[in-house]
Amino acid sequence: MTDHGVTIGSVAAALLQLVLLAAGAPYLIGMMRQVRARLEGRVGAGIGQPWRDLRKQLRKEPMRPDGTSWVFAGAPRVLLASTVLVAVVAPLLSTVSPLAGAADIFAVVSLLLLGTVALAVAGVDTGTAFGGMGASRAMTVAALAEPTILLAGFALSSRVGSSNLADIVAGTLVMPATVLSPASLLAAVAFAVVVVAETGRLPVDNPATHLELTMIHEAMVLEYAGPDLALVELAAGMRLTVLLGLGASLFLPWGIATSAAPLSLLGAAAVLVAKVAALGAILAAFEVFVAKWRLFRVPELLAGSFLFGLLAVSASFFLA
Amino acid sequence: MSEAAYVQSLNLVVGGLLLTAVLMLWWRELRAIVRLLVAQGVLLAGLAGILAIQEGDSQLYGVAAGVLLLKGIALPAVLRRVLRDGREATESEPLVNAASSLLAAAFLILFAYAVSRPLVALAPSPATRALPVGLSMVFLGFFLMISRRRAVSQVVGFLLMDNGIAATAFLAAAGVPLIVELGVSLDLFLIVLVLQVLTARMRLKFGGTDLDDLRQLRDS
Repeated sequence: MTDHGVTIGSVAAALLQLVLLAAGAPYLIGMMRQVRARLEGRVGAGIGQPWRDLRKQLRKEPMRPDGTSWVFAGAPRVLLASTVLVAVVAPLLSTVSPLAGAADIFAVVSLLLLGTVALAVAGVDTGTAFGGMGASRAMTVAALAEPTILLAGFALSSRVGSSNLADIVAGTLVMPATVLSPASLLAAVAFAVVVVAETGRLPVDNPATHLELTMIHEAMVLEYAGPDLALVELAAGMRLTVLLGLGASLFLPWGIATSAAPLSLLGAAAVLVAKVAALGAILAAFEVFVAKWRLFRVPELLAGSFLFGLLAVSASFFLA
Repeated sequence: MSEAAYVQSLNLVVGGLLLTAVLMLWWRELRAIVRLLVAQGVLLAGLAGILAIQEGDSQLYGVAAGVLLLKGIALPAVLRRVLRDGREATESEPLVNAASSLLAAAFLILFAYAVSRPLVALAPSPATRALPVGLSMVFLGFFLMISRRRAVSQVVGFLLMDNGIAATAFLAAAGVPLIVELGVSLDLFLIVLVLQVLTARMRLKFGGTDLDDLRQLRDS
């Protein structure tokens, strides 16, 4: 295949990945709610419900509270744009990407943080008590979670000598034995805790709560309605999907295409859907068995995952 | 066993040892901590077993079996008995909160890596490279002993320290001679039994095992 052909193929791979993530994210949320509902003995609304909600909200008239500024209006767009960018560059389907240079672990982490900060600023912008409270809590959790995700990234990148996500995944594909090394396992635990904290799942935040005093993510977006809310929810769902997909490709990289051939891309897409669905189902099943922690115990959880990240880094340097 | 499989399984077992040691500091529920001790004993026996296969040393198989019996079964059983008879709350009541003890653990583990570098440099091999894990278990056990209030958690700290010493011995010298190992194990068993009796007496006399209440000596 010519150089030109590779570029077209990799662009197609990135676009396929974006479409897959954007279309699949609401289904993932719906599937997780359905798993939870079934395990709790309820019938559940079906996995298509988040899509139906989004469609309903997008059709509504845009409404913003009085006194809010462009910050409030811009936040959902910044959140969605940063998430879309991460969804394009992350090596979930194939390790050849037209934007491989941007798929650096530091760039991805800061893009994710950009969305969190935009939402927090919007929460403060509304001037309501709950918005400010949610923003301050979200920033606390983010400030504690970011060092951990960087440490977990360090542990993985020290093995291949590059902080580029595509290189890390390709390196793991070449040496499958490293998946079972202590560094990788500890980093996986640290990463899992961070995913739970960053996407506002139990036990850090309850995604299904209707009690404003206990909310984190929901408190920040309390004032959004209509299309804005749809953007926020779509972005939140895509974030969860991207992070689960990233976890799957960093720690269980089998099935990822190393070329841009159409058949291997389709195979990789099927494997990605299966892996993310399995991880989501596990997360949802785990949520049935835990209660939300007090906010003051959350730093303990994140300190624990920070320690796991640190152990992963030290293990990757000293053990292997 | 091939060299790669040996290194991989050694690293996994050693990583597991470190993980259980850290979780002992993190978790509060004493029953769960005793379960961690069981896991640690099994991992330690696994470490001895891996080394036995690698070295082809028949004595080490005996040591592995002994470690499994003592640290995987007997000692946790004694602790479980203490907990069952206790009827106290089964939380470990740390003197420092969990987040700070985890950060302290991070510091202690890095310290162990730093101080064991000359030891590793003496004879670099996969086993000696894992030596810092044994040392960090010793440090973490010591930290657990000084930062917990209840007698049972201090015994857990003591056992963690001993597991660390055993792991260090296995990693540094492929285990000590069987007779020494037997002597140490017997000692350890006796110490834990004595501590169990002491805990029971304390509870009988004072109704609890909070060591902070033991501040003054009294006649009669």
